[in-house]
Amino acid sequence: MEYLTAFIVGGLICVVGQIILDSTSLTPAHIIVTFLIIGVILGALGIYEPIAKFAEAGATIPIPGFGYALSKAAIEGAKSKGVLGAFAGGLEATAGAIAAAVIFGYVTALISYPRSKS
Amino acid sequence: MDNMTNKEYQEYLKRKIPKPDYLNNSIRAFIVGGTICLIGQIVRNMLFRFGFNEKEVVTGTAIIMVFLGSLLTGLGIYDKIGKFGGAGAAIPITGFANSIVAPAMEYKREGYLFGVAAKMFTIAGPVLVYGIGSSIIVGLLYLIFTAGR
Repeated sequence: MEYLTAFIVGGLICVVGQIILDSTSLTPAHIIVTFLIIGVILGALGIYEPIAKFAEAGATIPIPGFGYALSKAAIEGAKSKGVLGAFAGGLEATAGAIAAAVIFGYVTALISYPRSKS
Repeated sequence: MDNMTNKEYQEYLKRKIPKPDYLNNSIRAFIVGGTICLIGQIVRNMLFRFGFNEKEVVTGTAIIMVFLGSLLTGLGIYDKIGKFGGAGAAIPITGFANSIVAPAMEYKREGYLFGVAAKMFTIAGPVLVYGIGSSIIVGLLYLIFTAGR
């Protein structure tokens, strides 16, 4: 059952992005950053939490889920450690993913070459 | 054609640029984005089965999905997924990995400092700046609004 909800919710988030992409002159990079900030805001307002509980990976794998993780951890950090936690919380919670992106990204770029576009 | 005003030319261009096929593009984005999330769900459930707790599973799933996104980009497969799925390939975290690897690969000939290492952050840079920046603002706002309680 959670596979179906993950598929549908994740798919719908991408459809929203696709419609914005098609109907405006925004680039995918704009959409990614906008969706990320929307995730941060929805996370802060407590709106993303129930979506993430319901759809699991369908909500956490799309980029708004990254924003949600950031703001949720910043609030938790602020609760437990005050100002220091507000600064460090978001990065602490997402450090694994960011570090993975840096190392896997670098190594992959080293060992592979762009395909010629035919 | 020769004596068009700027406005007329803009309208002429508008007529010439093909209209995107909204329905077709949306269906593709839905299928590709949904499938990537479905794979994420499979990874997530597997990690739970290995006995990791919620926090470890969230981080582990993100790391594995980033790895898969990088690998498929290196193999030239994610490009094809992106061409088919559009936003469906860009919005999941695998697309974030793709946005790091693709320009790094492309600019390798400009060296390992300003080529690979710098270009990795063409899109990841803005993502980190706005993501981390806004999360700090959220944390500080939380402190301000709860200070009186």
